[in-house]
Amino acid sequence: MHGFANPARFLRLARPITAPLLLIGGALTLAVLAWGLVSAPAEQLQGETVRILFIHVPAAWLGMGGWSVIALASLSELVWRHPLAGIAARAAALPGAFFSLLCLVTGSLWGRPAWGAWWVWDGRLTSMLVLFFLYCAYIALADAAERSGQGNTRIAAIFGLVGAVNIPIIHYSVIWWNSLHQPPSIGLSALSGNSPMAPEFLYGLLAATLGFSLLFGGVVLARMRTILADQQTEARLRRRAMDYADA
Amino acid sequence: MSSVIKPKHQRLVLVLAAIAALIAAALLAAWALRNQASYFYLPAEMVSKPPAADRAVRLGGMVEAGSLKTAPDGVTITFTVSDGTAKVPATFTGITPDLFKEGSGVVAEGHRSSDGVFVADNLLAKHDEKYVPREMRQMSTGEAHQKVEAAK
Repeated sequence: MHGFANPARFLRLARPITAPLLLIGGALTLAVLAWGLVSAPAEQLQGETVRILFIHVPAAWLGMGGWSVIALASLSELVWRHPLAGIAARAAALPGAFFSLLCLVTGSLWGRPAWGAWWVWDGRLTSMLVLFFLYCAYIALADAAERSGQGNTRIAAIFGLVGAVNIPIIHYSVIWWNSLHQPPSIGLSALSGNSPMAPEFLYGLLAATLGFSLLFGGVVLARMRTILADQQTEARLRRRAMDYADA
Repeated sequence: MSSVIKPKHQRLVLVLAAIAALIAAALLAAWALRNQASYFYLPAEMVSKPPAADRAVRLGGMVEAGSLKTAPDGVTITFTVSDGTAKVPATFTGITPDLFKEGSGVVAEGHRSSDGVFVADNLLAKHDEKYVPREMRQMSTGEAHQKVEAAK
């Protein structure tokens, strides 16, 4: 991993793959969503509203995936002092927060026709809302550390690690507790061809998830490059200011 | 000194210990919440440990097939909520959600009246984890039985 510790080497790798990730991910996402909106079959009970599945579920997974990235990056920042880890965590926070919010909003729009309620305080919805708040707190904390200029991002890293406790809670909320949200449709049963979700929905969902994930990766790389460029600019301005002071 | 520990490894041990403590704490909290964090009572719980009458609670289960009846006023319905082991009669006045039907899941918000009937102020339809295209509806009569079995 420390092979990428050198920002120059990381940039050499990240620069050529950012645009392809965004383009392929965007094209795949658009294609799957268009298919989901127009050609996907209606569900036997829910009817047409099931189409929101292709946004809601990938958004939920990436909302949780984003925090997993933050947690792993925080671990490698705290233990191995990896210089790019903090940057990766900060870069993943905003898209992660976006996808959590997208999950909450689409879930609310879906809940009204399917359940008869925009919002209920059951375990799944509440833990997902907590995840969104954790993202907001993480972003505020990491920005404050950056702005103080000391570059002490350790507090944000500790917070990123502690917040990871919420991820298994989100997953198990529908298993441990009675909830209005249905239990997971996708698990190991999908591998044995025994999925409770019909293949039309399952493959569409997996394709949408791949598309959204590529987009997510592209945004994270682009944001990492932006943060690195900001830091370089900052360092250069500081050097120049010192040169002036000396002269 | 042979017992020198690299700072890197010291940090790793510290962080892992902290994570283990954190997971233990979270599991304890989740375990303590196992009843409080549940969104609704199952009929079996409602029968064995009935909440005080007039206390606002939720009742969740399957609408028993054949139990749904509409009163002569046209807007009041009575039905039985079942979880396979116990049954609770319920009544509701108002517009039901689209997915509310016999043999499917329901969460009723309301209270238990003194005669044991659950008086619902609001009905929420509970969807299960199955997603089946509309065209396959005819093929899924066997699955409907399966669904009732799974809900027990």
